[in-house]
Amino acid sequence: MPNGGPNSQAILVVGGGIAGISAAVETAEAGYDVILLESSPVLGGRVSRLNRYFPKLCHPTCGLEINYQRIRGNPRLKMFTMATVAGVSGEKGNYTVTVKTTPRHVNAKCTACGDCAAAATSEVPDASNYGLTTKKAAYLPHEHAFPMRYVIDPSVIGTPEADAIKAACKYDAVDLDETEQTFDVTVGAIIWATGWRPYDAKNLTAYSYELPDVINNVEMERLAAHDGPTDGKILRPSNGEEAKRVALIQCAGSRDHNHLAYCSRICCLASLKHAAYVREQYADADVDIYYIDIRAHDKLEAFHQKLKNDPQVTFHKSKPAAIVEGPDGRPVVKGEDTVTRDVYARDYDLVVLATGMEPSTAGFDLPVTLSQDDYGFIVPHVEDTDGMFSAGVAQGPLDVSMSVQSATAAALKAIQAVDGA
Amino acid sequence: MSERKIGVYTCGGCGIADALDMDQLEAAAKEQKAGFCKSHDCLCSDEGVALIAADVAAGEVTHPIVAACSPRVMEDKFRFDGVETIRANLREMVVWSHPANDEDTQMLGDDQVRMAIAQAKKSMPPEPWTEGAFSETVLVVGGGYVGLTAALEAAAAGHQAILVERSDALGGMSAKWSKVMPHLPPYRDPQENPVAGLIAKVEASDKITVMTDTIVTKTNGMPGKFEVELTRAGTPSAETVGAIVVATGWRPYDATKLGHLGYGASPDVVTNVELEGLLGDGPVARKSDGKAVKTVAFVQCAGSRDPAHLPYCSSVCCGTSIKHAIQMVDADPEVMAYIIFDELRTPGTAEEFYRSAQEKGVIFVKGKVEKVDGDLTVTYHDALLGDDIPMAGLDMVVLATGMVPNSTNVEAPALELEDEKLVPLKDDINPAAPIAVAGYKEGVDAPEAPARPEPSMPEGAPILNLQYRQGPHIPMLADGFADSHYICFPYETRRSGIYTCGPVRRPMDMGEAGQDAAGAVLKAIQAIRNVKQGKGLHPRSGDLSYPKIDLNACTKCRRCTVECPFGAIDEREDDYPQVNPSRCRRCGTCMGACPVRTISFDNYSVAMINDMAKAVEIPDEFDEKPRVLILACRNDAYPALDMAGIQRETYSAMVRVIPVRCLGSVSMLNASDALSTGYDGVILMGCKSGDDYQCHFVKGSGLATERMGKIEETLKSMMLEKERVQTMEVSIADSKKVGKLIDDFVATIDEIGLNPFKGF
Repeated sequence: MPNGGPNSQAILVVGGGIAGISAAVETAEAGYDVILLESSPVLGGRVSRLNRYFPKLCHPTCGLEINYQRIRGNPRLKMFTMATVAGVSGEKGNYTVTVKTTPRHVNAKCTACGDCAAAATSEVPDASNYGLTTKKAAYLPHEHAFPMRYVIDPSVIGTPEADAIKAACKYDAVDLDETEQTFDVTVGAIIWATGWRPYDAKNLTAYSYELPDVINNVEMERLAAHDGPTDGKILRPSNGEEAKRVALIQCAGSRDHNHLAYCSRICCLASLKHAAYVREQYADADVDIYYIDIRAHDKLEAFHQKLKNDPQVTFHKSKPAAIVEGPDGRPVVKGEDTVTRDVYARDYDLVVLATGMEPSTAGFDLPVTLSQDDYGFIVPHVEDTDGMFSAGVAQGPLDVSMSVQSATAAALKAIQAVDGA
Repeated sequence: MSERKIGVYTCGGCGIADALDMDQLEAAAKEQKAGFCKSHDCLCSDEGVALIAADVAAGEVTHPIVAACSPRVMEDKFRFDGVETIRANLREMVVWSHPANDEDTQMLGDDQVRMAIAQAKKSMPPEPWTEGAFSETVLVVGGGYVGLTAALEAAAAGHQAILVERSDALGGMSAKWSKVMPHLPPYRDPQENPVAGLIAKVEASDKITVMTDTIVTKTNGMPGKFEVELTRAGTPSAETVGAIVVATGWRPYDATKLGHLGYGASPDVVTNVELEGLLGDGPVARKSDGKAVKTVAFVQCAGSRDPAHLPYCSSVCCGTSIKHAIQMVDADPEVMAYIIFDELRTPGTAEEFYRSAQEKGVIFVKGKVEKVDGDLTVTYHDALLGDDIPMAGLDMVVLATGMVPNSTNVEAPALELEDEKLVPLKDDINPAAPIAVAGYKEGVDAPEAPARPEPSMPEGAPILNLQYRQGPHIPMLADGFADSHYICFPYETRRSGIYTCGPVRRPMDMGEAGQDAAGAVLKAIQAIRNVKQGKGLHPRSGDLSYPKIDLNACTKCRRCTVECPFGAIDEREDDYPQVNPSRCRRCGTCMGACPVRTISFDNYSVAMINDMAKAVEIPDEFDEKPRVLILACRNDAYPALDMAGIQRETYSAMVRVIPVRCLGSVSMLNASDALSTGYDGVILMGCKSGDDYQCHFVKGSGLATERMGKIEETLKSMMLEKERVQTMEVSIADSKKVGKLIDDFVATIDEIGLNPFKGF
């Protein structure tokens, strides 16, 4: 019966990025019980680590804030962080899902006072900055963390430092003995919103990602972010100088049979946005964009046209052959221009590889058989038979708006599945 | 409600008790006549929560005030059935952002408690509006692929649907397609057209009523109770529906405007839509002489991405030409197909379709087509040679024309509208406008954004003919598409309960449009199910309050009817405003618009905000302690201030913050009243306004700026400096900037001196 009546089972959403959050909130607000699982300590996923969205250059945390308000205000939505799916059995309308949680070592008594971080002495790589910085081994992932609860890095467990951290907590919130747990939930349908990871730029051997001033596009977002490693100043990682001569390399891995055969859709617009970041900070900046085709679909074309009108942003139709280290350590981009046939070798303060999106499910053994394509994307069935749906980049390379669309659609399919089951 | 019992619970945890004198907080609470004040060293602990819960259960408290951390955290722990918890933010906004054991920090903390008590004294439990009967039927307008999908999705979710189509048959544009682009693996070959199957399913469904030859001639009412007039062959009928999905689709760009591309010069220059009619199992016979086409050129961006025609990219034309070329090569392997493109756009897995065409021998030529002659010679500009190259000997030329949204019904004449009715439309309806593009700050030589023509009224009749004060059209923004302005909330419509989907919203292919239909239906049934419980829709989902207008005080100025971002308020025949509660999104813009301050919500009222401001103890002029009132938008400015605390950024303790639903709910009188009661300055803190606004209530901060632009005269009459009132645009990511903005403002106040009204 409609409206999440007594016969309707809850709906499970796997993944707490923008697609999973949207799917969960839209489902709950239609009147259903929802369980949301996120593998990391906080919701928000990839978008929460973006500085801004194209083309409005607004901050992703703004929309996340609204979504978090919606989650906090809706008792029908239960969320579990540091939680993944370990097993699925049963059938549409009646699945038993085994959820595995990894220890946070901080329980629900945490008030986020920060005393544990003050007591911690060792530093660990900061995942929220893609490892560009380190942070204390007891940490709040970032200022917009939701849930706002600290995490203790497993590397300190069993050390005197861990005991000092525990002793510092006034609220008995530190649990050094916490272990991996599993528990079962019963749900009627499952939305997989497992998202993506940046394609590993180390695989692009000709592009010398190991050079300090060659970074990928998600790291560029952190350089531009106010709470990133440089407080939002776009600086050269090698020496901290202002990065004013910047190359943006499109299709770094995408549209390439040796890497990602598909187009990742978002990288062109992301790089146009990066050009705007650099130009916003430095009036005398020069930005070169190397591309095969600029894929600024629909109204986003206006963003492309605006950047094309900027005399300090130059578009080169060329897929660079190599990036090498110049004599002074600066990265040099080499190749041949497809239009002019000029052979070029240009040096830059900073080179940004527009790496594509690889589904998190690629090369990963899912706990259940889903319909996946050769790339690992979970593709929709023509007819729903199993109450399993995908949303966001788990489904294909989508931008944020399209991810939310697909998540909203998945919410509908899931409620149809539990009502009809 | 029975007797109001206010109890204050102060929390000493997280450093609060180390930085503040808890007894003094209690004294402030008592002085404001709170029933009692209890302190605990960790209110969010099980024991702390139990302390409050026991008082609630015993009927000791109806308005527990939790003076502890920010309202942005621990909301679930402090939610108690049947009572309204009020939060006083002592942690993020007091002890984490100001020095400990400091006189000014203490005064700030005391005032936080006073303001919360003032709020508790005025806040009323909201009574949901659920009058009359509510319909659960979904009206779907447009019987093409998207509309058919929407109707079936609504039916599959258990709702009745009415599917209205203006032509005499279902199927729309997509019924013409021989085959469609692939959306499923392996993404390489054209797929069967699903439309005939959808039509059969719709016709077989007992939940779907199909009305062809029908248009919507009037829409009245509100979500849950839209009264629509459906007119078939001149005969109107009335229906009541709960929500509306608009799937009116698109039409091809008018190729007769593409004379330079040879359209009209030869029957063998055809559009991509016309080609569909020529495609079959065998080779394509050309129109002029029936000869089998052996060489064909596809001209991409025929009208699209051309400021003289369509400024945007139509998204689907590259994939469509690839599909056509593959179909022609598959039918006759001797066919030479050329696709002449500027940027080839096959995003996502469509790249595989592109590759498939290349493997089948389709030739892709980079170039911009300059002209097509009557003898089918295509001349394109080759950037490599820097020259114009003629391509001759073609049997057929296909123009890949783009998509124009059916945001209006161009088959019917436009309505004649009185000028007065057009005024509020200009923000909502501007089919000529391209999307606003952000970027570049002052001081940087920003490149020119694409030109933005003057707002104009759309051609054709309105799709729904809304009988709303704010006009008959569905808002249409960028490039005439009936889309919202939001990246993170694509269904955030300006007309509650009405959701657009498919190519009327944005150029999109069938794979995406089918999902879009499902998404829009989810929002439609969510609206239906929530409004009948009196719950507000996104972004204040579930809010039970709605605006109440005291008509005895109303001067019929109509400002509320004009300024509501969602067209929720109409005018009655006697010119008084009429609130349509389920259209309302609870932002309070009407409250800020009302010059006589007679619009309020049960739990968010003019009196409440005024009393909160007045509850602050204003030191007298000899203390030399200025007080600055900050009215901060809940969604961006308030979280930014909160995160400043989380980052332990410090700022002046002279400010007092009241969160507001939206800056649109703030009136100029909030500022002038504050100054007349002794505040030295007022800051309105909200998000970015302008074309690329970020307000989730569309225009709140823009309205605030406009309203405060008029305050100068008022200040002059009060003999006050205009610097005392400032609107600040603060984004949620400004946690490290907001403190300096505040300090600079307080420094300005120090310079111009304290408010001479102090003490009066």
